[in-house]
Amino acid sequence: MLKVLISRLGQAALVMLVVSAVSFVMFRYVGDPVATLSRENASVEEKAALRRSLGLDQPLVVQYGRFLGRTLSGDLGISYRNQRPVTQLIAERLPATLELVLVATILSLSLGIPLGVLCALKPHGVAARLVQALSLIGISTPTFVTGIVLILVFAVSLGWLPSFGRGQVVDLGWWSTGFLTVSGLKSLLLPGITLALYQLTLIMRLVRAEMIDVLSSDYIRFARARGLPTRYIHFRLALRNALMPVITVTGLQIGSLIAFAIVTETVFQWPGMGLLFIQAVSFVDIPVMAAYLLFVGLLFVLINAVVDILYAVVDPRLRARSA
Amino acid sequence: MKTLASTPGLFLRLGAPISVIVAAILALLMVACALLASLIAPYDPTDLASFELINAELPPAFATDGDPRFLLGTDNQGRDLLSAMLYGARVSIAIGGGAVLLAATLGVTLGLLAGYYGGRIDALIMRIGDVILSFPTILLALLVSGIARAIFPGAATAEWAPLILICAIAIHEWVQYARTVRAATMVETAKDYVRAAKVIGLPPRRIMLRHILPNVMSSVLVISTINLAAAVLTEATLSFLGVGMPPTYPSLGTLIRIGNEFVFSGIWWIALFPALALVILVLAVNIVGDWLRDRFNPKLRVKR
Repeated sequence: MLKVLISRLGQAALVMLVVSAVSFVMFRYVGDPVATLSRENASVEEKAALRRSLGLDQPLVVQYGRFLGRTLSGDLGISYRNQRPVTQLIAERLPATLELVLVATILSLSLGIPLGVLCALKPHGVAARLVQALSLIGISTPTFVTGIVLILVFAVSLGWLPSFGRGQVVDLGWWSTGFLTVSGLKSLLLPGITLALYQLTLIMRLVRAEMIDVLSSDYIRFARARGLPTRYIHFRLALRNALMPVITVTGLQIGSLIAFAIVTETVFQWPGMGLLFIQAVSFVDIPVMAAYLLFVGLLFVLINAVVDILYAVVDPRLRARSA
Repeated sequence: MKTLASTPGLFLRLGAPISVIVAAILALLMVACALLASLIAPYDPTDLASFELINAELPPAFATDGDPRFLLGTDNQGRDLLSAMLYGARVSIAIGGGAVLLAATLGVTLGLLAGYYGGRIDALIMRIGDVILSFPTILLALLVSGIARAIFPGAATAEWAPLILICAIAIHEWVQYARTVRAATMVETAKDYVRAAKVIGLPPRRIMLRHILPNVMSSVLVISTINLAAAVLTEATLSFLGVGMPPTYPSLGTLIRIGNEFVFSGIWWIALFPALALVILVLAVNIVGDWLRDRFNPKLRVKR
């Protein structure tokens, strides 16, 4: 068990080292910080002095070490565009993205599970076929098109819901939430649905596949033979076991959703981390890009490692395989 | 055009349902229209002299106040939307196809090497693939185009945009090819004909390319269909986010981005028609790809 833990954490650390090296290289080689920071007609001596004071004359390894040190202490540099610490910018934008991802996850689970079960129980029924066809359309429709269509219908034509921003937010300490006001909740609806649709197809297909697997297993056939009520068999016995992988995948997908929220946030001008990042990309604001990369990379690596370790805890067979 | 006419027959003989045949015809028709854009488009959207601002934002011909000269209306610069869409589809398909080609070449090569030699080379290639796959496509693609933007100064970015996009998409997609080819190569390498080829002293390169590759090609083709749909979507997403094709040389995604700015003023057609074309194209390719996978290689079906 300890071996699994150590090897998995080692792997995670290695990936993070690679990610941090990429962000370091971006910082160091993309554009010359001395040229950006010094005044227009600075002399060669002045530039050399600035180079020394920034530590850019040191060997590369030393510079990378310092970068790692600064990063670990939470100093990710200053945004070129906003002239504010990047850590602060990300902390401000984090609640917006996380609330959006939470709403999308809840929506996709509460729709995806019943639809998946429906498709598995009556695979040749009209509803199941319709759902299957819709899911193919779902994979083929990019998120931004869904968003634009929702805006056209519900914001422009009907005028029921706002089409951009977070509405009124309430500050709870450093966390600003849109859950406590009517306009905040209304604003969450369209972007939440847009992001959920991307997730919905995946959950539906997974629930359907798992449910079909479980329904053909021996204990379900035995339960049927015992004459237990169908409802009890389907929802108490089968669904419970079918949901285990769904929970894992939903967990793993949270990182993906945060990254994918970039698109939704752009369509709805949602002031989250994704919008921050996409603006940084178009303005070549390298500290913000590097910080976002590091942050999302860390999130991914952490989620993956935790899931793998939990698996090893729950299922002893995996311990032997990966050790 | 000959292939176009014989395709339904081919699909029928393979026992494809009507929906797949319709999708195949639709996909081929759209690709053909896009490739022949310069011949069939009513106007040339790349020719600055062909459009005037006075015609900007005209609604489609069938709507009220529509102008019969512009079937699907005009965009914000007075370009004929239908022509812009045809040229845009050509850009989208070219970039998607380029990305699939690059990813397939890279993935097949690395997959062959990993499967044939095994050991450290195998471990290295597959670990790199694992790490890449643990990040979503869109994030990697944004990262690549972000770095490219920082390296090339402003004007050059627009010039290099197609190439940057192809690399940005292929960096994620090669892994799937490598994984499939590696597994197939390992199976083939253990078979007698490959062992015999080794014994008579053929060079590894020849064994891999002439003996193993033809046997793994069918899986590669099946993956390519589905990946083409995915690549076109990724390109559209990047262009929509403003890090893809520039407005002077728009793809379908860029057209939707331009249209998105006008949605609030009730000018729906600039965004909606290119979006519709994109969805129909990708849907048609996906239907054909799904069926090909189930028909020829059900093993490739992943839980998604």
